[in-house]
Amino acid sequence: MIGELNPGLILIVGALLIPVAPQFLRGVITLVLPIIAAYHLVNLPLGNMGIIPLFGYELVTLRVDRLSFIFGLIFLLAAFMAAIYALHVKGWVEAMTSQMYAGSAVGAVFAGDLVTLFVFWEITAITSVFLIWARRTESAFNTGMRYLVIQVGSGVILLAGVMLHAHATDSIAFDQIGKITLDSDWSAVPIATWLILLSFGIKAAFPLLHNWLQDAYPEATVSGTVWLSAFTTKLAIYALARGFAGSDLLVPIGATMTAFPIFYAVIENDLRRVLAYSLNNQLGFMVVGVGIGTELAISGAAAHAFCHIIYKALLFMSMGAVLYRVGTVKGSELGGLHKSMPWTTVFCIIGAASISAFPLFSGFVSKSLIISAAMKEGYFWTWLILLFASAGVFHHSGIKIPYFAFFAHDSGKRCQEAPFNMLLAMAIAAALCIGIGVAPGMLYDILPYDVTYHAYTTEHVLTQLQLLLFSALAFAVLMQTGLYPPELKSTNLDSDWFYRRLGYNIAATLLLMSRETWRGLSRAATAAVSRLERNINRSHNPESVLGRTWPTGLMAFWATVMLGAYLVLLYFR
Amino acid sequence: MPDNPDKHHDGPPSDPSWFERPGTVRLILWALYIACAGVFFADIAIPKHGPFAIEYIFGFYAIYGFVGCVGLVLAAKELRRLLMRPEDYYDR
Repeated sequence: MIGELNPGLILIVGALLIPVAPQFLRGVITLVLPIIAAYHLVNLPLGNMGIIPLFGYELVTLRVDRLSFIFGLIFLLAAFMAAIYALHVKGWVEAMTSQMYAGSAVGAVFAGDLVTLFVFWEITAITSVFLIWARRTESAFNTGMRYLVIQVGSGVILLAGVMLHAHATDSIAFDQIGKITLDSDWSAVPIATWLILLSFGIKAAFPLLHNWLQDAYPEATVSGTVWLSAFTTKLAIYALARGFAGSDLLVPIGATMTAFPIFYAVIENDLRRVLAYSLNNQLGFMVVGVGIGTELAISGAAAHAFCHIIYKALLFMSMGAVLYRVGTVKGSELGGLHKSMPWTTVFCIIGAASISAFPLFSGFVSKSLIISAAMKEGYFWTWLILLFASAGVFHHSGIKIPYFAFFAHDSGKRCQEAPFNMLLAMAIAAALCIGIGVAPGMLYDILPYDVTYHAYTTEHVLTQLQLLLFSALAFAVLMQTGLYPPELKSTNLDSDWFYRRLGYNIAATLLLMSRETWRGLSRAATAAVSRLERNINRSHNPESVLGRTWPTGLMAFWATVMLGAYLVLLYFR
Repeated sequence: MPDNPDKHHDGPPSDPSWFERPGTVRLILWALYIACAGVFFADIAIPKHGPFAIEYIFGFYAIYGFVGCVGLVLAAKELRRLLMRPEDYYDR
């Protein structure tokens, strides 16, 4: 029944038309599918639908409630904006896989049971890797392989967790899975719960599980990164909010995520990788919100995911436009582009102001909810770290990105403004950033819980302006005094070093060792065999005692001696 | 912001835009200084309600933002010694 169809399936099935459609229709399909799905979504009633019995369990293929609604809606909006941005892309691979990727993320959000979740979880992994491979470079291929292994691995861990969970609880419903608090007895937490948390944590880019994100996103195509930035990680945030709300173990994890990537962002040269680090930092805010788990905090996490998807897509779009026109997004090679790309510059600054949570921009009205929740619940150190991370994100995303790309020293690079479809997508995203920032009421109305929150109090606005303007002052002072580290061509070691270098070296060493051991053993065995051969040879060769031929005369002589001996013996008997 | 037109300049003859004139840069910097001073002293008028005592120190958010960012950049700069490798590190 169409009435009980998961909206994600509209994108997944509809995308199958893309390969057979002519080029001009492909763009139309990618624009129409999210619109149909969104229309379907807003007309769906709340509740569990599309129930399929399976081996004594119930698959709930469509669950609409306020938490899934807001995530589903923003995913479809992101798919629509990214589709406009990608209209110039020729061929069907990216168009088809990106729609399926968005569709599977939407499908996962509306999954009411863990098996349906797992299926869509894996489809997001398999479809999204093509957005990296479509770059068609050797490095993108290798990155894609690493990405795929980690993403599919997260799914396999999820499946293991789900099976253990189903066995223990006799239910596959995707509701609260566990509440792991810092003072609870962790050994009493079932292994299934840990496995599911680990699987979500990989996709949410928890500290030390994070580096697939900074590795993969900057390697994807111009529009591919825009798609990637929206779905996978926010799906994980949704899953955490659904399964682990109020697990205050997530608070220190989230706080760490807000803080440590910004150090990398300051020294990173590839501006799309800078954005990947700040994406990680923004996820941290949401994870903190989920960990605090009050109605205000969960609503804050959902609101922040909503705003974040838009402004992060906008920032990746602007850097994508630079990559598309200039051929690089290395900070060390850019500068002065505001002269060539004025519109892109303006849109990038709007995205930068939003991620920095400037009053009147979207980040301000969503991040405040989380910070207020942390204050209200008395998380002092977390609150301090979140403030530091807020200042830091302004520093590296708000100032560094626009400054080094569009201003700074004139690189002398001159190019065309971004294509019209890219500008249109950026304009829509920018309008949403400002619209939500100015009038947050509409966003607050669709939050998972009814919260009455006033973002625009004198206290909030002025303290935020103090924090941000003095961060800007810090940047200005560091630039004026020459203390600011220059953009340098470099690779900065991160946790991927452990598998890309240490793991590789260990594997290479083990391979070398096993080869050498084999060689040594076979050499020893050969030596032993030839020694044995030599010894046998010594007694049995044609010239030796046992091997040489004897004259028949000698034989007759010895036979005669023996017979004579017998004769003598017989004689004496 | 400082403006180094000679550095890495491989493009056509310099055609500084409004943003690149030294006068504009000075103007932006002064606007920033004045805005900073303004919000710093506005701290007297902010009705603070938070539960943490540290918030009530005069100019806390401003000082924390400034010190935090300078600390962030200087620490990140030091981290380069430990973490920075040539661009083709993983390709070799």
